[in-house]
Amino acid sequence: MLVTIRLFARLRELVGAGELRQELPAAADARTAWDALVAAYPALSGYERGTSCAVNEEYARWTTKLNDGDEVAFLPPVSGG
Amino acid sequence: MDRWSISGGYNFRKGSRGSGGSGVPEVQVQGSVSERYVVTPDALDVARISALVGSDDCGAVATFVGLVRDANAGRRVLWLDYEAYAPMAVSTFQRIAAEASGRWPAARLAIHHRVGRLEIGEASVVIAAASAHRAEAFAACRFVIERVKQIAPVWKHEHFEGGDVWIEGSTADPDDQAARDAAFARACS
Repeated sequence: MLVTIRLFARLRELVGAGELRQELPAAADARTAWDALVAAYPALSGYERGTSCAVNEEYARWTTKLNDGDEVAFLPPVSGG
Repeated sequence: MDRWSISGGYNFRKGSRGSGGSGVPEVQVQGSVSERYVVTPDALDVARISALVGSDDCGAVATFVGLVRDANAGRRVLWLDYEAYAPMAVSTFQRIAAEASGRWPAARLAIHHRVGRLEIGEASVVIAAASAHRAEAFAACRFVIERVKQIAPVWKHEHFEGGDVWIEGSTADPDDQAARDAAFARACS
């Protein structure tokens, strides 16, 4: 399946892009997407702690299953306000 | 304007009720859902945002205005760049408002957050909470800003004398009951 990965703030800067396309195996979940990302961008290693994920603009769990065409976002600790 | 910001007031939401055409009468001076929960690069107007929540049965509007401060953690701050996952920030504002409505059913809320470069003294966020009486308005307003800081997908990049740093606060988890309870406790203290 092909998913869109969105990155924000520090994670976006570490990768140098805020939006990526990623091919993932069937039955992938959000963690699969993160692991693929870290494999391509080792600078992200260790940032999983504190990072939240969202699928199609809704907060999700690392175990949330992905479908072809989904948008999965990785969100560093937030600091709005 | 950084490229992750949106280019105008964010005003669509699946299932949201527009200000006209639905056949449902709106309270005269209350803004529609799309007007009340907004991420925008434009300057925030507190009076206009307050007017979105008022109505004839409303005796109080409490507002909170977050400002860019010139110092943080011993650093002299020059400016802040705010970044948001805009559509999700807007839906998170609606989620927060729904949580507040569970506790203060009569409260009506507006949440506007600005993105992009903000100078010292500019408003980054405005919360307006209206209710029949002041106690509910103050409490709902306080709860909402606490929750915005806990779970809204918004980030500030601080530029200070000598460098810059991403400010990282809460790990966002809307289902974290302890965090929500802490926000209610602060609102009601």
